[in-house]
Amino acid sequence: MIHTDVLIVGAGPAGLSAAIEIGATGANVILLERSNVAGGQLIKQTHMFFGSEKQYASYRGYEISDILLKEAESMPNVCIKLQATVLAAYDDGTWTADIEGEYTKIKPKVVVVATGAAEKSLPFPGNDLPGVCGAGALQTLMNQYGVKPAENVVMLGAGNIGLIVSYQLLQANVNVLALAEGSQKIGGYLVHASKLRRLGVPIMTGYTVKEALGTTALEAVTLWKIDENWQGIAGSEITFSVDALCIAVGLSPLAELLWQAGCKMLYVPSLGGYVPYRDKSLCTSIENIFIAGDVAGVEEASAAMVEGRLAGLSAIKHLGIDLPNQSATEADYYAQLASLRNGHSGEKILSGLSKATL
Amino acid sequence: MDFKRGEEIVFTFDGKPVSAFEGETVAVALYAANVRKLATSHDKHRARGIYCAIGNCASCMMIVDGTPNVKTCVEPVRAGMVVESQPDKGKLT
Ligand SMILES: Cc1cc2nc3c(=O)[nH]c(=O)nc-3n(C[C@H](O)[C@H](O)[C@H](O)COP(=O)(O)OP(=O)(O)OC[C@H]3O[C@@H](n4cnc5c(N)ncnc54)[C@H](O)[C@@H]3O)c2cc1C
Ligand code: FES
Repeated sequence: MIHTDVLIVGAGPAGLSAAIEIGATGANVILLERSNVAGGQLIKQTHMFFGSEKQYASYRGYEISDILLKEAESMPNVCIKLQATVLAAYDDGTWTADIEGEYTKIKPKVVVVATGAAEKSLPFPGNDLPGVCGAGALQTLMNQYGVKPAENVVMLGAGNIGLIVSYQLLQANVNVLALAEGSQKIGGYLVHASKLRRLGVPIMTGYTVKEALGTTALEAVTLWKIDENWQGIAGSEITFSVDALCIAVGLSPLAELLWQAGCKMLYVPSLGGYVPYRDKSLCTSIENIFIAGDVAGVEEASAAMVEGRLAGLSAIKHLGIDLPNQSATEADYYAQLASLRNGHSGEKILSGLSKATL
Repeated sequence: MDFKRGEEIVFTFDGKPVSAFEGETVAVALYAANVRKLATSHDKHRARGIYCAIGNCASCMMIVDGTPNVKTCVEPVRAGMVVESQPDKGKLT
């Protein structure tokens, strides 16, 4: 059994930021990350980030993860383990993990869960064929490993992820034959959409997938128009020969550990699915379990970093550590979050958060 | 972008040698070698491949060095590793 002040689950922008905040007080932190690299979604992002300077806007995603990781690694009281998957939370406060193949029990005083989110899938015939995959998978192949992920792709979903990944595919010399979006409007930023249009990618709003075709791998995909009830319109089918169909229809929080721990959960569509109830300080219904980042509600890396800081600060308080400027720092984090959620998409997030915040 | 690739190594997939770079996962190395079908569904025996590439979805399970049900998208590749297709639920030996 390992005893520690703080266990942080997940080394994405939220988990790393929490580690830095807590690490600065000298408390012992164990940060476990199931992947073989730290950084979460950031390591796949080759584009410049939006957000403000405090959240490293105009740096590229993987550069931000490098900055955070270096800072966390420089703290001797912060222990970062990769290939370390947290498996379960038990009622007596014990957490278990597979750390490089070794089954380990951990008893932390405080836990910060920052597990991020998983990509959603869509039901249609053939959706299990090899070649039908999440946008994140194609990004991992091309941006993390430098493997050309396909020759011809149809992208589904015109939110920011669908738009940005389409652009990255073009940069990797992959043909993006079409970008289909079920609703009548493009969900992501128009700057990204017009960049694609200029490069000749047809953006087909009001279309979805009818079926994916192939035997041992994807060979073609048929799109069709949908009516206002999202039902396919016979006769409107268009078929594309592709070796990848990329699904970018949103993410849902990876909240299994919170369910297991017994946190009170709530279904909030605008936050991506089931999310934990929390108070303003990011404490769940269990007094020593805090949350930060996409697991608390799917948002952006900029918000995930500030939430990580805030959850870290709240964890410090729970440990009984007094900091000189605690309330001023806290007020600054609340103000940063408020300004990040100021825009149009912020409205949706704020209305979701008002339901999940006690 | 520059990619820092590791040393070139060789492992086997269903008896055939496949070259890969250290630091890659098994699923990525196979994908780069143009292998798309990694697993087989239990009921209808349909082909499965990479879906998430980060260990969330379990559509990439294969037999690695005799151990069945290994998520190959998060399993680092090693020289001499023996990777096999898994036709069923997998048997413990
Ligand atoms: C294509 C794309 C473009 C984006 N562009 C922007 C942008 O321009 N600006 C912006 O602000 N945001 C952007 N985002 C969003 C941003 O990447 C995410 O909101 C952010 O990464 C969320 O951070 P996180 O730390 O909560 O989760 P993640 O980054 O997902 O990290 C979670 C980590 O937890 C680990 N983990 C999960 N479960 C376990 C477990 N049981 N045990 C151990 N570890 C575990 C995961 O492996 C992962 O590393 C983009 C996202 C995508 C996909
Ligand atoms: S592809 Fe999803 S777990 Fe491997």
